[in-house]
Amino acid sequence: MLEKFMKNKTITKRKSLSTALLLVVVLALMFIALSISSPNFLSGKNISNLLRQTSINGVVALGMTMVIISAGIDLSVGSIVGFSGVLCATFMTKSGMSVPVAITLAVLLSTLVGVFNGIVIYDGKVPPFIATLGCNTALRGLIMLTTNARMIAGLPKTFTNFANSTFLGIPGLTMVWIILIVITALILKFTVFGRNNYAIGSNVEASRLSGINVRLTTYGVYTFSAFLCAIAGVMMTARLGNGVPTGGVGYETDAIASAVIGGASLAGAEGTIIGTVLGAIIMQTLRNGGNLMGINAFIMEVVIGLLIIGAVLLDKRRKK
Amino acid sequence: MEIGQELIRVENVSKTFPGVKALNNVNLTVRAGEIHALVGENGAGKSTLIKVLTGAHQMDSGGSMYLEGKETHISNPAEAKALGIGAVYQDVMMAPHLSVGENFFLGKLPYKNGVIQWKKVYQVTEETLKSLNIDVDPRSKVRDLTVGLQEMVSIAKIIHEHAKVIIFDEPTALLATEEVGILFNLIRDLKLKGCGIIYISHRMEEIFELCDTVTVLKDGGYVDTVAVNTVDENILISMMVGRKLEEMYSIKHAPPSDIALEVRNLTRNKVFEDISFAVRKGEILGFYGLVGSGRTEIMRCITGADKFDKGEILIDGSNVKIHNPKSSIKKGIAFLTEDRKHQGLGMNLSIATNINLASYDKISRSGIINLKKEKARAEHFRNEISIKTPSIQQRISNLSGGNQQKVVVAKWLACQSDIFIFDEPTVGVDVGAKVEIYHLVEELLHKGAAIIMVSSYLPEVMGLADRILVMSEGRMIGLVGREEFEKDGHMDEERLVRMASGIV
Repeated sequence: MLEKFMKNKTITKRKSLSTALLLVVVLALMFIALSISSPNFLSGKNISNLLRQTSINGVVALGMTMVIISAGIDLSVGSIVGFSGVLCATFMTKSGMSVPVAITLAVLLSTLVGVFNGIVIYDGKVPPFIATLGCNTALRGLIMLTTNARMIAGLPKTFTNFANSTFLGIPGLTMVWIILIVITALILKFTVFGRNNYAIGSNVEASRLSGINVRLTTYGVYTFSAFLCAIAGVMMTARLGNGVPTGGVGYETDAIASAVIGGASLAGAEGTIIGTVLGAIIMQTLRNGGNLMGINAFIMEVVIGLLIIGAVLLDKRRKK
Repeated sequence: MEIGQELIRVENVSKTFPGVKALNNVNLTVRAGEIHALVGENGAGKSTLIKVLTGAHQMDSGGSMYLEGKETHISNPAEAKALGIGAVYQDVMMAPHLSVGENFFLGKLPYKNGVIQWKKVYQVTEETLKSLNIDVDPRSKVRDLTVGLQEMVSIAKIIHEHAKVIIFDEPTALLATEEVGILFNLIRDLKLKGCGIIYISHRMEEIFELCDTVTVLKDGGYVDTVAVNTVDENILISMMVGRKLEEMYSIKHAPPSDIALEVRNLTRNKVFEDISFAVRKGEILGFYGLVGSGRTEIMRCITGADKFDKGEILIDGSNVKIHNPKSSIKKGIAFLTEDRKHQGLGMNLSIATNINLASYDKISRSGIINLKKEKARAEHFRNEISIKTPSIQQRISNLSGGNQQKVVVAKWLACQSDIFIFDEPTVGVDVGAKVEIYHLVEELLHKGAAIIMVSSYLPEVMGLADRILVMSEGRMIGLVGREEFEKDGHMDEERLVRMASGIV
């Protein structure tokens, strides 16, 4: 009996490790194939471009992973990204605030949307799917209404320059992503809040009876997701050089896809930050590589769609 | 089908799962017109045997199965169904949003030119229901029926599917008393029609009331098959347990000291009323009552899982307010829920996480967990109460029921709880693990813990408790001391059962 146990010991650990390992192998193979077929792929310019493209979606995916681990879903991420982007653009131009103040205020206000999601989901007992779907639509409507669906131009150069800046050869946007990756991973591993996330994702009733504050954890996870979206919104606005009312549309699908390719389970309690990060890079590499090789972008979307399904199929098989 | 003719016979059935031999050379013969009880402790192999019969599991090679004398091999549930083997499960397996008729024809709705013949569906369903004297409209939705009626309907569905061997797995677990009577009449009807019935129940009295023959399993092995009228309850139990009851429950009782928890006039409207009791350190207070008598609900109120309307709770002599589970945990109360899977454990989390689940506050500073301590505590409890696992990173779902229960206990020990409420602590664990859990209880007792043990399994409460509080329909019927239910070393079970049924 015990020997039997020894064989499949530390299942949790090995599983997440091998998911990450598998993704690294896939990514490495893609890099090899692409660098052979397209000499430009490994150029510093292209790689930094690839990272820049991944960074914004990547930030959103971090929060999404946390929400998915808690057995929830956040479909409002796209609108929060857009909301934050439009807010900070408005503050910088029409309100004439300084860049740091405008960013702080935009992030704060957008983060409140997450608190709202948390309240509707926990106190209103509305399923997360519906609550955040409704929030997504309503918030997008609000953005369109207040901006008249017009772009907000005339952002300060000090702000937009950030999107093209590099630190130690790494794009500034990617630097932000990396910092947030580390923070989110640390939260999940080292904090009570992070653990509680897995706990409520695994069994909410057992968690409650164990004295875990399910309300605060639920608020916390949606608020954190909104916070990351808010930052992503600022990053996006800097990159686009304008406040764009349609900015962030459809971001939820990429974020969910990254998490799922990275091994997160929509049933909760499963998922890692490293997996999600790799998932995001793999998706973007496919797009980037397809682009370099002159493959029709729509074909690449078909491939990515199949990849998402394939990743889950594979995961299910491996778990058996 | 001629009464007495052999319907199904299995010989030398074994079933091995990775690491466990769930069945070991089991035999069973069921005849037409026979109600055949299958008994055994949890983990004895009853469910596994049923799953082999219904094609959900494949038996190991070496065993054989005969249907009406012909050797048969069943490789999946559909085959079993086609051969006339049907099962009624505890949780009724029907689509609750669909109508009764539609459930009868699930997967094979009759149609003509692509249009479903609803008239035929409801007509056939109605005929079947009528033949069994079940008064249900075939057009009503299954979820609108009571649990009892749902069960009747699922039996009718099996009849409709021409089952000859019908398996009942704990059919009365969720039924009210009068529904049980109706169910029994229905089963007797089926018997007269020449069906062979396999009846599984933990309730001894049902077996003596209903069944003709009984086969006893123990730890996956075959013990014996006897006629019900040749045995009594004691013989049957000792066949099942393989040891005298008294030995199983022989734990050293500690001398009780101060009152740890006192409850005064606790009331939750329409659920239970006016409950008062006290439990001392070093004492086991048993809570006995039938399912639905309000036992678990009281415990949920004491532990802050639910709200109560009236009454007060005192801990160590002082009045406390309990708003939610967290505040009850802070006061030292541990609640070991009946349903470990859904309320006690994160099944896909590790042992280490589960042990620390309720006490991360104690090993973290400003929200940051000390991972060393997390590990050290998990290892400490793993050794202290000998949780059998190669690693504390093992997932809970890979542990046996007994070991899972130990992890729950460890979780509460980690909170430094001193009042332990066990709700049906040995449901779903095998005999060996049961004894281990009892030893755990004994150990807690000698550490000075106050223990409340809720159980609907009478021998268990009587064997362990110092006093037993008997509940019936939300009211306290009596508080019986050990000297009263232990007469010359024998237990007066009858009295407690009568009290719990509201007959005093």
